Amino acid sequence: MTEKLQSAIVVDGLTRSFPGVRAVEALSFEVGPGEIFGLVGPDGAGKTTTLRMLAGVLSPDEGSVLVAGVDVVRDPEAAKHALSYMPQRFGLYEDLTVDENIRFYADLFGVRGAERNTRSAQLLQAAGMSEFRRRLAGKLSGGMKQKLGLVCALIHRPRVILLDEPTTGVDPVSRRDFWRILYELVAEGVAILTSTAYLDEAERCHRVALLHQGKLLFCDTPANLKSRLGKDVLSVTSSDPRRVRGVLEQAAGISSLVLTGDRVHAVVDRAMRRIPEFQALLAAAGVSFDAMQQVAPTIEDLFVDAVSGGAPHA
Amino acid sequence: MSLIRLLAVARKEIIHIRRDVRSLFIVVIMPVTLMLLFGYGVSLDLKHLPICVYDQDGSQQSQDMLKRFQASEYFHIERAVNSYSAVSRALDDGSAKMALVIPWDFSRRLRDGAPVSVQALVDATDDNTANILIGYTQAVLQSYSARLQTDWLQQRGQLLQPATVSVETRTWYNEDLESSDFIVPGVLALVMSVIGTFLTSLTIAREWERGSMEQLISTPVTAMEIMLGKLIPYFVLGMFDVAVCAVIAIVWFQVPFRGSFLTLAVSSALFLTVVLALGFFISVAAKNQFAASQIALLVTFLPAFLLSGFLFSIEQMPVFLQWFTYIIPARYFVSVLKDVFLKDTPMAMLSAQLIPLAAFACVLALVAARTFHKRLE
Repeated sequence: MTEKLQSAIVVDGLTRSFPGVRAVEALSFEVGPGEIFGLVGPDGAGKTTTLRMLAGVLSPDEGSVLVAGVDVVRDPEAAKHALSYMPQRFGLYEDLTVDENIRFYADLFGVRGAERNTRSAQLLQAAGMSEFRRRLAGKLSGGMKQKLGLVCALIHRPRVILLDEPTTGVDPVSRRDFWRILYELVAEGVAILTSTAYLDEAERCHRVALLHQGKLLFCDTPANLKSRLGKDVLSVTSSDPRRVRGVLEQAAGISSLVLTGDRVHAVVDRAMRRIPEFQALLAAAGVSFDAMQQVAPTIEDLFVDAVSGGAPHA
Repeated sequence: MSLIRLLAVARKEIIHIRRDVRSLFIVVIMPVTLMLLFGYGVSLDLKHLPICVYDQDGSQQSQDMLKRFQASEYFHIERAVNSYSAVSRALDDGSAKMALVIPWDFSRRLRDGAPVSVQALVDATDDNTANILIGYTQAVLQSYSARLQTDWLQQRGQLLQPATVSVETRTWYNEDLESSDFIVPGVLALVMSVIGTFLTSLTIAREWERGSMEQLISTPVTAMEIMLGKLIPYFVLGMFDVAVCAVIAIVWFQVPFRGSFLTLAVSSALFLTVVLALGFFISVAAKNQFAASQIALLVTFLPAFLLSGFLFSIEQMPVFLQWFTYIIPARYFVSVLKDVFLKDTPMAMLSAQLIPLAAFACVLALVAARTFHKRLE
């Protein structure tokens, strides 16, 4: 990044333990203004704990966090004016209407009068929710709730936005609205840190950090991450991908296997060479498949390969 | 401290209360219900207690004596029986609380000037009632024997009466010895314990349970603004209920109100602060609505009910319990309430109650404020 000097978020050596678990261990990264940074990893990787420490609602054991130039560890309250945090669980009030929820958060951030009205109208418009202003938040669909959460989080024009799995359980239309709003913010120079369990969503981020058991595995742009794999990926499409995986698990020289939808991805050294061998194996086992071809690696391939010990760590 | 943020929290809390039927019920219906329940239901006055008589003598004189029992408003002669087994049946089935047995030689011994005893069999399952019955019986019989003595002296031409000392009682503050007069003011303490602690014990716990706390503490709102913003609506509701209860007590139950409304307002405000701070503290500590509400009932409603002097006189408690009541804030408030309704004690003379209340209010508010942090875990 060229704007390293004015990083919106600087995390250095962040560590936090819970009884029996090191939830986050020596985590360091930076996020610049106008950047969408993705925290990716399975449940329990430490994403939520990291976001909570960045938001100033959980104290770290060690390490420092600067958000918009403010030391969050030392003075969490000062940082809260500049940031906005959307927890994973719906954090608004279901017995308040859409407007009442927005009004509440606007008041907390000191956004008043005409400014509040214009801002909320504009955000509701962008979220496609203008007609639901008088509806109780509890009566909104899951996607609408998340969008309302985002509207409340954006009412005070934060410079840093922290989102914890914002699109989990959200319908595709709302998800698209959601990302459109995020891209508009980024264009205004806002820094966004979002965690996600969806690896395909990670590809929408400018940079991605892969977390595993509280540690940072890789941190790079999606394109660079994929090239980091240093291996080929063979994709087998089948109506019964589980059996395909079962057969391929017996084969030698496969550094990892990923099952997504109706496809099995096998990370191997030289993809083209292995095709005949795999075809023979599947035929011998009596497992039919529709296609077998080399594909470009995905972040998920890299992640699974790294976790299963195939690829060298960053 | 930002007034805008404080008011935002207060406004949100009012919406929660307005849209939650249960809290509306507790605020509006419960005070009235409790007032009526205690005003009518709990009467410590014993009147028209059913008794049965076994008059073995059946003479003019024995009937004369029984008439005195009949004339008293404390007794009601439920039935006359003529065997001991009937007496014990009446006591067993509870149709009589006491049985009077007049011996067969009652009138003869009186005529002879010999001492005579009347047997009183008392159902003492409720020792309080039994004691009162014995007291009333002795009083009736004493006046009866005094009358007999006078008659006896007069018959012998003795017009001078022996000097006697008698007690002329006049009850102050509650002239008619109406128990509702001292129970009804105490209900205020009960109502406010519920409003104050029970309702507020839910507010913070609810935010944790619903997951809204995490987002709330990520905003610039301060812990103090959250606390005051949440408590102010309940304070206003509590004061409103004080007024409602006072009006019911004065207008409906005709409890005299001899003190000043200022004293009532000041002591109520202090007690409300105590129970609100306690409720907030419980809510912060419990983090879960069910546990919080149970704890709230245990630490405020029960002591206010049992140990405040509201129903049960503190002086009659075992000594260690009497000491224990000093840490029950309701004790001071109930004491002020009784004074404010039944006496006209100047506020300065109530300082023995008001100062401890104020101290509780300060300490608990401070503890509540210090316990609540804008932090997870």
